[in-house]
Amino acid sequence: MTIQADLPASISAPRTRTLAARFAVRRPPPDWMATVLLVLGAIGLCQVLVSSGVVSRYVMPLPSSIPAALADLVNSGTLADNVLTTLGEAACGFAIAACLGLMLGALVAEFGIVERLLYPYLVALQTMPKIALAPVLLVWFGFGLGSKIAVAAVISLFPILVNTIAGLKSTDPGRLDVLRALGAGRWDCFRLVRLPNALPFVFSGLSTAVMFALTGAIVGEFVGATKGLGYLIVQANSQMDIPQVFAVVLILAALGTAAFAAMQFCRRKFLYWTPKEE
Amino acid sequence: MKGKLLRFPPDGVASGSAVSGLTHVSPVAPAIAVRGLAKSYATKTGDAVQALAQMNFEVATGEFVSIVGPSGCGKTTVMRILAGLVDGYSGSVSIGGSIVHGPTPEIGVVFQDANLMPWRTVLANVMLPGEVLRLDKRLCRERALSLLSLVGLSGFEDKLPGELSGGMRQRAAIARALLHDPKILLMDEPFGALDAMTRDTMNVELARIAAEAGKTVFLITHSIAESVFLSDRVLVMSNRPGRIIETIAIDLRRPRSLDVVADPSFAATVLRIRRLLERDGGSASTVTLAH
Repeated sequence: MTIQADLPASISAPRTRTLAARFAVRRPPPDWMATVLLVLGAIGLCQVLVSSGVVSRYVMPLPSSIPAALADLVNSGTLADNVLTTLGEAACGFAIAACLGLMLGALVAEFGIVERLLYPYLVALQTMPKIALAPVLLVWFGFGLGSKIAVAAVISLFPILVNTIAGLKSTDPGRLDVLRALGAGRWDCFRLVRLPNALPFVFSGLSTAVMFALTGAIVGEFVGATKGLGYLIVQANSQMDIPQVFAVVLILAALGTAAFAAMQFCRRKFLYWTPKEE
Repeated sequence: MKGKLLRFPPDGVASGSAVSGLTHVSPVAPAIAVRGLAKSYATKTGDAVQALAQMNFEVATGEFVSIVGPSGCGKTTVMRILAGLVDGYSGSVSIGGSIVHGPTPEIGVVFQDANLMPWRTVLANVMLPGEVLRLDKRLCRERALSLLSLVGLSGFEDKLPGELSGGMRQRAAIARALLHDPKILLMDEPFGALDAMTRDTMNVELARIAAEAGKTVFLITHSIAESVFLSDRVLVMSNRPGRIIETIAIDLRRPRSLDVVADPSFAATVLRIRRLLERDGGSASTVTLAH
């Protein structure tokens, strides 16, 4: 009865609906709520399992102990230094990989002779797990930043290289004909058609490479380092300080997300003509 | 051309040439002259396929000439040879009296697809030939703006190609082809991808643009109605190996509106060309211009 009485009122005066009336309208909960609930549920489950002793604290930290570990890390005063070290290694490695990848990719895509010479090796190298090179790179480039930059560069090079080649080769022949009909040379075709055409590919390569560079820097630090977030993880792990390991992993997750967001921002800025993606 | 030569004998050919050493005063050369053009391709299996056999035709300066023919008869090959994009043919092709060795800025090409660069604005797309030919940027800009207004795209200068309709993109492509002020406009089925209504509108526009720009136009199409509507002469091409089976002069009065479709001589010419193509065993579309 009440429903029937309320209905005409809400129809006649929809603008004056109260907050309560708005909640009365049943809307499906937004998707992100499910996502948040899933995470909260997982954390809650961990908390129960660990605090009840089903799972050992050496295997899984008590989720409630991670904020404290994070606070300790921040208060220790060395966090900024470690973060900057790892970020610097990843950024340098990424920059080297980007320059090398773009140049090599352009040479391979533009000059048949370079392609015939290098491509078999590139394919072979690409299928090899490059992380396996980390110990050798430590020997070659020393205990300092150099070896970490090298690992980051080596593993982030390939996504850039492969995507650059694919992008340059995917150029629509019709667009090239427009330039050729004007007597354009190789360089004009490259700078006016091929390169801009390849940019969407290059950017998806760069997005992957950013993540790879961060991974490379961490792996480099695992193999041997005196500072950096990878070093912190190894240290904490050796002391069985599992909450701190997780605290560092959380920081890494935040850095990775920020780097990815930065790439997406650049993507939108540079690729203004392409439909939005991801 | 022979008539022209007779009417306008070049000065000094009789008296001066042998004495002064000026062996030859070149008569006004046709915009396009194709003689004995033949072209064959090697297929993947190694067989040679003859695409063109013994083509001969001329296009006079300022003339609008179309080639109609069935799909796959080698029309596009003819255009690509004229544009200097294909070699390895026999016979001779000359543009404005000089033999074609490669692309020349005397020609502007409009392709089947607009082929605009999606990362460039409409204005920047139209200015592209200027960058390739290293022309003065400011002049190019001015010219591009006036060409955009010629093709009816004023106000769309800063749009990206992705924001335009198919017809508008093809208009931009026409403006781009005209930027460096070529003497000849080569068009390869420029409206083939457009719907019938847009295509009719574009044909009326093309007739106007060609007249206003004063260009020699060489159009490739498989629409008989389109070729009759636009051209001074229609070259009818045979099935592969392609050659010209008939040249038909169109003497409909200009400027032509879509009403010419109702003209008995329009219908008769369309029918005549269709018969020629049918007799040859080809199949060309006879899409009539809609009203």
